[in-house]
This record gives sequence, C-alpha cells and structure tokens, in this order.
Amino acid sequence: MDANTFLIQVLNGIQYGLLLFLVASGLTLILGIMGIINLAHGSFYMVGAYLAFSLSQHFGSLWLAMAGGVVIAVAIGLLLEWLLISRLYHRDHLYQVLLTYGLILIFEELRSVVFGDDVHGVAVPALLQASIPLTDTLSYPVYRLWMSAVCLALAIGMYLLIQKTRLGMMIRAGAANREMVQSLGINIDLLYRLVFALGVALAAFAGMIAAPVASVFPGMGNQVLIVCFVVVVIGGIGSVKGAMLAAILIGLVDTFDKVLTFEIGGVQLLPELSGMMIYVLMAVVLLARPEGLFGKRG
Amino acid sequence: MRQVRVATVVLLGCLLALALLPLVAEKYYIQLFTKMMIMAIFAMSLDLLVGYTGLVSLGHAAFFGLAGYVLAFAAPQYEAANLWLSLPLAMAGSGALALVIGVLVLRTSGIYFIMVTLAFAQMVFFLFHDTKIAGGADGIYVYAKPVAAIAGWEPFSLENHTHFYFVVLVLLVLVYALLRMLLASLFGRVIVGIRVNEQRMRSLGYRTFRYKLVCFVIAGALAGMAGYFAAAQFGFVSPDILGWHTSGGVLMMVILGGKGTLNGAILGAFAMMLLELGLQGLPVVGGVDIGKHWQLLMGGFIVFAVLLLPHGLLGLGRLASRLLRKPAEAGDG
Amino acid sequence: MAEAVLRTERLTKHFGGLAAVNDVSLEFFTDQIHAVIGPNGAGKTTLANLLSGDLASTSGRIYLDGEDIAGLSADRISQRGVGRSYQKTNIFLPFTAFENCRLAAQSRLPSSMRFTRPALRYDDVSQQALRALVEVGLEDRAQEPAATLSHGEQRQLEIAMTLATRPRILLLDEPLAGMGSEESARMVELLQRLKQAHAMLLVEHDMDAVFALADRLTVMVNGCVLASGAPEQIRASAAVQEAYLGTEEAHS
Repeated sequence: MDANTFLIQVLNGIQYGLLLFLVASGLTLILGIMGIINLAHGSFYMVGAYLAFSLSQHFGSLWLAMAGGVVIAVAIGLLLEWLLISRLYHRDHLYQVLLTYGLILIFEELRSVVFGDDVHGVAVPALLQASIPLTDTLSYPVYRLWMSAVCLALAIGMYLLIQKTRLGMMIRAGAANREMVQSLGINIDLLYRLVFALGVALAAFAGMIAAPVASVFPGMGNQVLIVCFVVVVIGGIGSVKGAMLAAILIGLVDTFDKVLTFEIGGVQLLPELSGMMIYVLMAVVLLARPEGLFGKRG
Repeated sequence: MRQVRVATVVLLGCLLALALLPLVAEKYYIQLFTKMMIMAIFAMSLDLLVGYTGLVSLGHAAFFGLAGYVLAFAAPQYEAANLWLSLPLAMAGSGALALVIGVLVLRTSGIYFIMVTLAFAQMVFFLFHDTKIAGGADGIYVYAKPVAAIAGWEPFSLENHTHFYFVVLVLLVLVYALLRMLLASLFGRVIVGIRVNEQRMRSLGYRTFRYKLVCFVIAGALAGMAGYFAAAQFGFVSPDILGWHTSGGVLMMVILGGKGTLNGAILGAFAMMLLELGLQGLPVVGGVDIGKHWQLLMGGFIVFAVLLLPHGLLGLGRLASRLLRKPAEAGDG
Repeated sequence: MAEAVLRTERLTKHFGGLAAVNDVSLEFFTDQIHAVIGPNGAGKTTLANLLSGDLASTSGRIYLDGEDIAGLSADRISQRGVGRSYQKTNIFLPFTAFENCRLAAQSRLPSSMRFTRPALRYDDVSQQALRALVEVGLEDRAQEPAATLSHGEQRQLEIAMTLATRPRILLLDEPLAGMGSEESARMVELLQRLKQAHAMLLVEHDMDAVFALADRLTVMVNGCVLASGAPEQIRASAAVQEAYLGTEEAHS
C-alpha cells in the first residue's frame, strides 16, 4: 500500500470514527443521563438517512432536507419521549430493551411501508462536490472532510453545552439525582424530554450527513447501533473521552480490515473476516480491562 | 398452596391435551405445535438466564442457530445425520460457544452485559454471513431429518411428523423436569440468590462468576437442543436464525409469559407464535398488505405488553385469580 | 496472650486524594469485643469494607491467623472465616428468614455445584440455619418473607446470616442502627453471648451499648486512629473527649 492510499484509508477511518462518535454520543447521553438503554437509537439514524433521501428529492437540496429532517427528528423524539420513554424511567433495563426493541420493529416496517425496501443513493450537495487532488489519479472528496469537521464541531459543541452552560449543569445534576433537581423547581420532565430529543436528533443528523457516502438501505440502523454498543463498551463506562477514542479506533480498524489481506496457514482471515474484527477487539478489551479503556473500575 | 395445586392441574391438563393432539389434528397443526414446543424449550432456556439468574442476554440466538449449523455439517452430503450422535454434538457445540462467550461477557453486568451479548451474537452472525464456511448469506440445507438408528434398529422416524411431534413433546417434558430439579438444587438456590443480591452472595463466600458461567453454558446447550430440532424441522439454516430478531423474539416470549416461572416461558412461546401466525394472516386493507407488514403490529403489541403487562400473562392470571377469590379465602394465598 | 485472629498493619485506603483510612494498625482477639467509634466519615465502614474484602486497600497488610489476606476477594475472605454484617441492611428481601440463613449456611459446603438433590434435603445446612435463627431469637419468624420483618428483626436476620457461616471473626457495622430500646437491649445481650466464641469488630454510634460491650475501644477521626485502648482509659482521655465524645454526648 503506498503512502497516498494509506492516507486515504486513514482519513476514511477517522471520518467513520467521528460519525460513529456522533451517533454513540447520542446513545450515551440518553444512557448516562436518563439511564435508558434505547435499542431504537439506530432506527433514528436510519430515519435520518431516509428523510435525507426523500426530502432532498422533494426540495432538490440536501441542505433544506437536513434542516427539515432535523426538525422532524426532534419532533419524533419529543413525541416518543412523552408517550413512551417517560414510562420507562423507573423500570428495569429489561423492559427498556423490550419496548425499544418493539420500536425497532415498528420503525423498520413503517420505513418499508413508506419508502419500500430498496437501496437508495443521495447526491452530495453541489457546494461540496469537489475533491482535493493527492496524485494524478487519487483525490480525496471534500465532502468527507466536511463530514469529519461537522462531527468534530458538534462534539465540541456538546462538550461545551454539557460542561459549560447552565442547561448542561442541570442535565448533569438531573443525571445524578432526579428527585433533588425536581425539588429545586426545575422541570425534570421537560429536561429529560429535551435530552432525549437531542439524542435522537444527533443520530438522525448523523444518518443524514452519512447518506451521500454510505447510501441508504434497510439494515443501516441496526448495523450502526451494534457498532455503537461496541464503541461504548470499549471506550468505557461513563467516559466521553473513551467513546471518542474508541470510535476513532473502531473507525480505523473497520476501514483497514476491509483493505488489508492477511492469512495464516493458507486460511484467509482478512478481508474475509473483516466484519468480525471490531468484535474481536471488544473481546480483547473485555479480557484485559472489562470496564473499558477509560471506564471506572468496580 | 392452593395456587400451586391449580398450576399443577393446569399443567397436567395441557400436557394431556398436547399428548392427544395428534389423534385429532391434521398434519399442519401437528407441525405447528411441534414448532411451538421447540420454541418453548428455547424460551425456557432463556428464562433460566433472565428470569432466574437475572442475566438479560440479547444474544441467545447464537446458541440456537449454531446447533442448526452443526446439524447441517454433521449430515453427510444429502444424507441424514444420526440423531444420537449429532444431537449431543450440537448441544456440546452450543455449550462450548456459550462457555467462550460467557467467560468474556460475564465480566460485565447490567446494561453492558446486554450490549456485549448482543455484540457477540452479531459476531457469530457475521462469521456465518460473511464467510464461505456454510453457504454465507444463502444458508445451507438439512436435506434429511436425522435418523434415530442404533445398530440398525430405528425406534422412530423423524421423517414422520407425528413421531417428530412426540419426540419434541418428550424432550419438552424432560427439559422442564430437568430445570425444575436444577432450580430446587443447591446450584439453583445460588442462582436465584445471585439475582436477588449478588454482592451479598459474594460476601457470603460464593464464587458467583462460576455459577453464572455454568448457568450460561447450561442455557446455551438447551438453546442448542431447540435450535437442532428447529433446523431439523425446517430443513434449512441461514444466518438470520442467529440474528437479533430471533434473540429479541425469544426474550419477548419469556417476558410475555411471565419471567422467572418456567411456565411463563412455555406460555409466552405458544402465545407469541400464535400471535405471529394471526398477524401474518391478516388481509389486505385499503391497498396495504397488513399481513406482509405484520412486524409493525407485533412491535406495537410488544410496546403495549411492556407498558400494560408488567408481570406478563401469568401475572395477569394471578391478578385475576386474586380478584375472583372471595375475601374470606384471601388469607391462605 | 493468644495470637490475634485479625491484625492490620498500616492499613490505608485512598479515594483519589482523600485517605479514607490512614495508616491503621489494629488487632482483634477471640473473646474480645473491639469497638471502633468515631464521627461520621471517620472511615469506620471503610475499614470494615477493607477487612471483609468488599474494598481493596491502597497499602498496608491484613493478617488473618498470620496469613496476609490483603487483595483477596470478598468471597475468599468469607471462606476463611470472616463474617460481615452491613450498616445498610443487606439481606435477601424476597426470601423467608429461614431461606436467608439457609443460603448463608449453604456457603460452607465444599461446593454448591450440585444439580440433582433438592437443597432442602441437606439437613445439616438446614439445622445450621435454624440454629442461627434461634441464636438471634428469630425462630418464630422463620417462614416470614424478610421484606415483611420489622427493621429490628431485619437487623437480627443480618446477624443470623453472618452466624450461619460459622465465622471466627465478626465484623459488625452498626448492628443497633435504628433499633428501639427493647430491641437494642436484646441485641446487646446477643453480642455478649457471641463474644466467647468469636473475635469481634463492632462499629457503633450507640455509646451506651459500646461501653456496655467493649473490651477494647478504638477512636477513629478522619481515617486515622486517634486513640486505642481500654474503654475507661479512652473515656478519660482529654484528647478523645475534645475530638469526639464531647460532641457525641451532646447528641445522644
């Protein structure tokens, strides 16, 4: 592999990792602050992508589609939290798992009814269609760089929101002690609703910006969800830093294991088993440090 | 006490009904109930983990599906495998996989346990889906039902759907009895103690990791038994059998019936399968083929069941019986 | 004097920058109630957690019968004869009082990896459980679910479970917490009876009980041992009075 190809793969890996972080951060936000495990988180990613597809066709512009899509996603998130998720706070994780599993089925079938089961492509917006040339034959798409930049910007924005603003402080307090925050006069129900909607919006937005690159297909939500789980497990319990590191690591591993070839004793391991690599990574982490790379021990 | 006697009577009644079914029903129903009994075994194996030990596994389908693949491999090309060799082999395979995965996932707990069980099951899915080990995404066929021959003598033939039915019925009863025995044993008491207060169990001197691991392996092996017969009946295995729709579905069966009761797992399995069948048979309404999109209604049902049936169907039954009982008798409940 | 059953040597536990237990060296002997008192946050429960293996120490040694047990897990330490009762009632609420003790007694079998014989047929285990219940005076409530027991009865059950594991040393964390005067008197009498066959660490706030029971008294403040010796000595010590007993008497 020459230097330019290597560079391209590294950039791709980082871009995928940052996208994963965006989705995973929505998941850990809801998990860490509200204590809810939301299996349907991947479905929102899918919803975002399909919204990008259909709205961009409708509006003729991916930008308008994204704007409209975020609004719709937030609305869906608020509605879901109000109707269903709010009833899960005091219940066992088991029931959260089941209810959100039911939601996955609903979302999948709704998508099938409304959009069908085909794979779709979404065009890259004209503004970002350029490529940065690396050699005579190789170039790197500006859109992917833009994606990485946006994910990074959102990550920083979220960090500032949670750590530096009053709203962020209320959110963190609500995570630690729900009743106390309520008795202070803060509307904890509304707070949780906002947090949930934020998490949904992050996932949907990630799906939207990923659509031109990763295409829009039925299983995309479930696929990203499981990878997010791996990110959270590897990164560690309650650690945003860990999630970022884990996401980048997984992004790189997942990108490289598809392009490298590796065999032992005549048995082709890569790229055949590329789909398994991130799970092998997770297994190694579980053996060495079950609480994750940056998780708190015991 | 009275409640236990009622439950026993109901159970024996159901057993009797199941035993008599093939005398009155057509082939379609016999095969349908065979499938339901297979899923009941699958559900009971998960109830051991979820209901009794408190380990919520979202990857139980891995053990179910692997056994099916073992059967497919054990059968020589286009011929039948020997039941007495391939069934233990399949269960051992599932048990071994459960051992490997268990050692890794039991290092976590709570939400993380749920996530890693799902992730590892997905890994097994990819193993079969992406590689050429077993036909990849297309799956492979089990061309002939396993043969139950011992030195030339065949006590029954699984090609006969009535024989198949009774074999599964006997196994259902055996597994139920085995699990009841297990739960009443020293091991069973430790398992339940772990669910209620694992930290206290440790401070009482129990090496809880070992017990959880053994439980995980037993559950995996029993899921393998179910998966073996599911593959034998269906004649085909594909990676989807290992997928998380299967894992989610069986978890729902356990919860729907009422977890931690074993009876609930059986009830839930039957109920879910009947529901699935019913939803799939719905007609086309207003241009929309509802039957094709039955999972939409199933998802809705799951959401409602979680919100409205916190203790599953058995919990509903217990509530009803308590309401129906006269106040004077309420004391001896 | 006989060898100490349990001995700590410069035991220390850091949480980040805070030393919750700092350089503590104590001894515990059979037929001796060694009470540890101190204001809230002095590190008493942390000390108990270190001794029972619920927490890992940062530095220092713990010797049980001369063997270093620092770093061993809670289950291994329990198997070596250390019994622990908790400040916050830590029982199996859905089970009956009998089952709570039976499960505790079962832990003393060489192995619970037994899958066929019903647990209730292990008569020795059941007898041991009943004995523990009788010892604390709960035999009449044996078949009641632990959740329906009164607070005082639950504290008694907490002790019974510990006794059912036939420990040689008892680590009791505020056994009298939340008890009325009659229940407290019963508990004090029980602890007196248990003293003969066990070494005992008693963490308590109830000063009447402490001075009625303690053969040896250690005062902890901010993780350190302020004073350790015979109860009368400690009571008379000016330093202790100023740091702790003075304020304690104002409260009790």
